[in-house]
Amino acid sequence: MADGTLEVSLVAADRVVWSGEAREVLAKTSEGEIGILIGHAPVMSSLVPGVVEIVTEEERIVAATEEGFLSVADDRVSILSEDAFMADEIDAEAARAEVERLSPEGDSIELRRAEAKVRAAEKS
Amino acid sequence: MAVSLREYRAKIKSTQSMKKITRAMELIAASRIIKAQQHAAAAEPYARELTRAVSAVATFSNVDHPLTTEKDDPKKAAVLVICSDRGLAGAYSSSVLKEAERLTEKLHSEGKEVEYYLTGRKSESYFNFRGREFVKSWTGFSDKPEYANAREIGDELVAAFNAGLEDPAEGGQAAPERAVDELHIVFTRFRSMLTQEPDVIRLLPLEVVEGTEAPPSDEVLPLYEFEPSESEVLDALLPKYVNARIYYCLLQAAASELAARQKAMKSATDNAQDLIEKYTRIANQARQAGITQEISEIVGGANALADATAGSE
Repeated sequence: MADGTLEVSLVAADRVVWSGEAREVLAKTSEGEIGILIGHAPVMSSLVPGVVEIVTEEERIVAATEEGFLSVADDRVSILSEDAFMADEIDAEAARAEVERLSPEGDSIELRRAEAKVRAAEKS
Repeated sequence: MAVSLREYRAKIKSTQSMKKITRAMELIAASRIIKAQQHAAAAEPYARELTRAVSAVATFSNVDHPLTTEKDDPKKAAVLVICSDRGLAGAYSSSVLKEAERLTEKLHSEGKEVEYYLTGRKSESYFNFRGREFVKSWTGFSDKPEYANAREIGDELVAAFNAGLEDPAEGGQAAPERAVDELHIVFTRFRSMLTQEPDVIRLLPLEVVEGTEAPPSDEVLPLYEFEPSESEVLDALLPKYVNARIYYCLLQAAASELAARQKAMKSATDNAQDLIEKYTRIANQARQAGITQEISEIVGGANALADATAGSE
């Protein structure tokens, strides 16, 4: 069962952020956290702004995503998000400032996006 | 004669500097096309995956979504005209606008009202000059559109479309006067460096089969589980699909605009070269005529002088 790898692609609207083979994918959907290993049943789910983790043999890739989709079929995982950032592309300071600026205004989609960036930056 | 020679020299000079400008614009357009094509290629994976996902949901669910449902009696259609910010691109913007007019006529003949959404300063000034109304316009990104631009346009258009839908939660129509029943996009399809054609697609109600790159028909789509539910996944998926389609159109239009500009500037450069050659010939002729005249004047003068001295002896 554990032979082979997942074929993962993390795709933003205007570029492919990351693609390659991985052992495990962790993401946050509207229903909660989801973890995907090899042999997962076909699933299509909507993502909320959050952190996506992709675990390969060598490393752990952390990225922040906006609302998007996750589809799994035949060990192919595609993560679609209108915008996605690898953790090392994120300016953590700027993201934190954004969170502080937005948080007094209450919950908003921008706030959640900024929070996702901060969390991704902290996790990597 | 000397005057016209000077005139021709001045004309040659000004044509030469014009040629330098058009040549530079040609080269700039050429280098930008490559970038535009790279952007289009980079956007493809997202569009492909999204189309796959939408087809999968559409195939395995019988959920009727407002964005895919044909209205019984469409009365108002919105037209998004994708045009350029700047001219000097040959017939690029006029052919898009002509196509938009043709579409308008067709929609009118079907008894629909037409509402315009514009991108690009050229279409904006076309409408302003004719005193025609449009709902909204976006400018400043026609040759290098970004996804954020498409998202802004898409959100606005989907909102206009949804405004006309009956909202079961509130009972009745939300804002019937803003209701748009159909949405068409007029843009220029990039066929090759040499041909770009104005084209119309109907974006809403969605016809999912007509994707940028539909998955091959023999591919069996897996039986997906949907989380949280089919209709909610579809709810989130379709507006994104609309945005991706608009982005695709913007990218195509940008590549077409640059290709049209390159072509127009190339022929302008060629024409300038032709003119320079023509003026050079005329200027040489004028110079030669001046010399010939001077010689014949000297010869005539010398002869007359010789005759006069011969006569006096």
